[in-house]
Amino acid sequence: MSSTALSAHHGALDGVSHGGDAHHHDDGSKTLLGFWIYLMSDCLIFSGLFATFAVLANATAGGPTGKELFELPYVLGETMLLLVSSVTFGMAMLNMHAGHRGKVIAWLAVTFLFGAGFIGMEVYEFAHLVHEGAGPSHSAFLSSYFTLVGTHGLHVTCGLIWLVVMMDQMRRFGLTDATRRRLSCLSLFWHFLDIVWICVFTFVYLRGAI
Amino acid sequence: MFGKLTLDAIPYHEPIVMGTLAAVLLGGLATLIIVTRMRAWGYLWSEWFTSVDHKKIGVMYIIVALVMLLRGFADAIMMRLQQAMASADSAGYLPPHHYDQVFTAHGVIMIFFVAMPLITGLMNLVVPLQIGARDVAYPFLNSLSFWLFVSGIVLVMVSLFIGDFAATGWLAYPPLSGLEYSPTVGVDYYIWALQLSGLGTTLSGINFIVTIMKMRTPGMTLMKMPVFSWTALITNILIVAAFPVLTVTLALLTADRYLDMHFFTNTLGGNPMMYVNLIWIWGHPEVYILVLPCFGAYSEIVATFSKKPLFGYTSMVYATAAIGVLSFLVWLHHFFTMGSGANVNAFFGIMTMIISVPTGVKLFNWLFTMYRGRVEMSVPMLWTIGFMITFVVGGVTGVLMAVPAADFVLHNSLFLIAHFHNVIIGGVVFGCMAAINYWFPKAFGFRLNERWGKASFWCWLVGFYLAFIPLYILGLKGMTRRMNHYANPEWQPYLVVALVGAVVIAMGIFFTVLQFYVSVRDRKKLTDPSGDPWGGRTLEWSISSPAPFYNFALLPQVRELDQFWEDKQNGVAYVQPAKYEDIHMPRNTGVGVVMGAFGAALGFALVWHIWWLAGVGLLGMIGAFIARAYDRDVDYWVPAAEVERIERSRHAQLQQFQTTQVAPVAAPSRQKVA
Amino acid sequence: MAGSNHSHDVAHHEAAHADHGSTKSYLIGFALSVVLTLASFGVVMSGAVPHDLMMPGIVVFGVAQLVVQLVCFLHMGTSPAQRGNLAIMLFTVLILAIVVVGSLWVLHNMNENMMHPLPRMMPVE
Repeated sequence: MSSTALSAHHGALDGVSHGGDAHHHDDGSKTLLGFWIYLMSDCLIFSGLFATFAVLANATAGGPTGKELFELPYVLGETMLLLVSSVTFGMAMLNMHAGHRGKVIAWLAVTFLFGAGFIGMEVYEFAHLVHEGAGPSHSAFLSSYFTLVGTHGLHVTCGLIWLVVMMDQMRRFGLTDATRRRLSCLSLFWHFLDIVWICVFTFVYLRGAI
Repeated sequence: MFGKLTLDAIPYHEPIVMGTLAAVLLGGLATLIIVTRMRAWGYLWSEWFTSVDHKKIGVMYIIVALVMLLRGFADAIMMRLQQAMASADSAGYLPPHHYDQVFTAHGVIMIFFVAMPLITGLMNLVVPLQIGARDVAYPFLNSLSFWLFVSGIVLVMVSLFIGDFAATGWLAYPPLSGLEYSPTVGVDYYIWALQLSGLGTTLSGINFIVTIMKMRTPGMTLMKMPVFSWTALITNILIVAAFPVLTVTLALLTADRYLDMHFFTNTLGGNPMMYVNLIWIWGHPEVYILVLPCFGAYSEIVATFSKKPLFGYTSMVYATAAIGVLSFLVWLHHFFTMGSGANVNAFFGIMTMIISVPTGVKLFNWLFTMYRGRVEMSVPMLWTIGFMITFVVGGVTGVLMAVPAADFVLHNSLFLIAHFHNVIIGGVVFGCMAAINYWFPKAFGFRLNERWGKASFWCWLVGFYLAFIPLYILGLKGMTRRMNHYANPEWQPYLVVALVGAVVIAMGIFFTVLQFYVSVRDRKKLTDPSGDPWGGRTLEWSISSPAPFYNFALLPQVRELDQFWEDKQNGVAYVQPAKYEDIHMPRNTGVGVVMGAFGAALGFALVWHIWWLAGVGLLGMIGAFIARAYDRDVDYWVPAAEVERIERSRHAQLQQFQTTQVAPVAAPSRQKVA
Repeated sequence: MAGSNHSHDVAHHEAAHADHGSTKSYLIGFALSVVLTLASFGVVMSGAVPHDLMMPGIVVFGVAQLVVQLVCFLHMGTSPAQRGNLAIMLFTVLILAIVVVGSLWVLHNMNENMMHPLPRMMPVE
């Protein structure tokens, strides 16, 4: 009993001494928690898309199947680009914690290039499919394929825009509390997209090719 | 240039719509003139529209919700009138296409633009005050959520006069809602209105989870948090978990309608049953999203007006959490008849029966709280008791329909309509009315008039039973929902009674409006100088009414549940601190309004295929958001001297009040029932 | 008070440090991810794996890579600072599983009961 009272008292002191300070101090963790929750809600958007894809995967309506359409070596290339971009982003984060602004911007630029390469490959792949007469309006399977993979691509595109904004903010404002916080969020976002991609290549491409 | 939009989109030939348009235009014009004459634009803009203060945002949510309640209720009365008339040879007064839009708009508006903003508004108003926080975790995001919600409302209202609204029922099942069977813009209005407001709802869900997890005052562990805040936490978790599924479902329907895809079409492998499945994965948690905060409000009210701590606080918390998880495991009971087979139906039927157990636990908790308490029959308490009786009836009919075999008979009949109005009106509307009466003084500094509040309650209660008991009977007799006309004249008397019930409810709404008017007029007499008009138990009653913009001059210390009640018992509730400190506050911003405006433009442009405007809207939203990220002047400090000045006048007022009153918390006109 | 302030900062700093990993953890994560990706694609592309084992194979390698990236890139763990995030993620996984498995179960049964004549009726274009 006395120990709880004591700890409550300690908590009280702590609260008082940080009263004004608390806002600045907590901001980072509050934002990261909120962003993490946002990512989880995004994850559930993908869960709806994956569920739809799973239900409609065989609804090819006599049209082409995944096995006929998917080119696995090409997908492996996309996967590698995204994977490398994850690590280069990690390097940017390590430099951010070490306080090297120039290196952060450089690594972010490298990340942008790999991400843009991934989007480029995906756009080409989609254009190729449409050109071959396997566009999204040909069957429920193709609708769900384009929507699922396209939504991931859209997220990566948003990530690229965000990367540009962050490089600019790093240049203008330097490594402030706000820019660090935002870059940490973007880092979560970027790694999260790689994780979604693992599910995409496993359950869409590889499963489709079996 | 204007896509599909031409002058033909305005329904000149429909006198009812044109009459409404004239009324809305005149009303709008009158409002504009009055606001301009009072030179209130600057005040409204700087004190309200751009405000990031959770209390003001909460009040705005509730005002908008009450306005939309009038619109949604107008739809309800129109339907009741049509069905009371359209028997046998009479066709009634509403043509089918119009009638279908009316019942769709009624459902959409009541759920998304009345019930949701009511509970979001209440959470905004109350949660930070209850947990001893100075604002929500992301004040700007909160403002953005509100304005996105408003842009959704703008689309729904515009659909009344330009083009049409969905004629599909409130969940827009395909293939009816697909392009082939709904070629007009109605479903598109539906989609974009819900997407915009749904985005706002998701953002505010995230906001409140972080607020509750991270910003509780020192010492307030989760198990010392007031029940309303607990239910708010679970509700927001449900929002964040369920609304993404709605977003996906509507996005896929959009893809079918705009991009010629085949998710839910009858052709090329599309599967409309998947839409029904997905939308109810969102839809069932949604009803708990609505009702849980109301449960929380009832819990606070019962404890306060019984002058006892809530019975079974812990079981209340666990029951709420259990409902939260179970609400994700019952969705198929909305479509037992679709043909998943006996095993699947049995599973979901049993889960549905199980979810009624924690709800029952709550009911017994409220009853035992009242048991041997000094129950004071104030307006919030009347709503609460009305709820307890009504909700049990609704719950029992719900469990009845959870039996798949019974559901095969009752599915989509008026029995179902009666059931869900029974739980939504009895649970959510009564709850919000109770909560508005209960927390109104904290927002405005004066109580609501009791006499008109009671009149409103009795009209709602009696009107509800008059309106919906006949529907139960008609459901058992085999009348299905959404009928524009029926051949069986035996049904007509019941529908006439239901119309009378709706008129009685209309009187209840009128009395509520009157209650606001009279209370504002008599605000001096109804003033709440103590900040604690009901003898409250939780922290929001420890500060002045209306609450100061920074909420708490010093963050309160919490050692137990109902800390404020304990402090009052020990005579240490209103001790003035020796020293005040600077307070860090967020600055107001107009970015939320701007993004909401661009959002409305985007939605309108997408509805009418005005692609350039859609581009402007989208880029505007993104641009405004990025511009906000470059704004580094987003907060300021309130100097300790300013805080001290405000708090000193509060304490002076408090002392003056206490010396004039024998009992510090008793208001003169209320009688006590032992 | 200064003492409490100080210890608080140190604790905060250490927690933060545990969160952001090191060059080594990123490189280990990268190497494992590459290996697991190649293994996944190898299962399907090499032709060496029996057909029945392909699906379990890619699922196992996929899940393994998920875990690797969560730990090495997103720094998930059971440290006090991460426990909350982990709990939130586990709840999300539960909902995700309900959505995906539930939909498949419900729709599979519906298709079985309601749609079975369809494949025969549907003309192949």
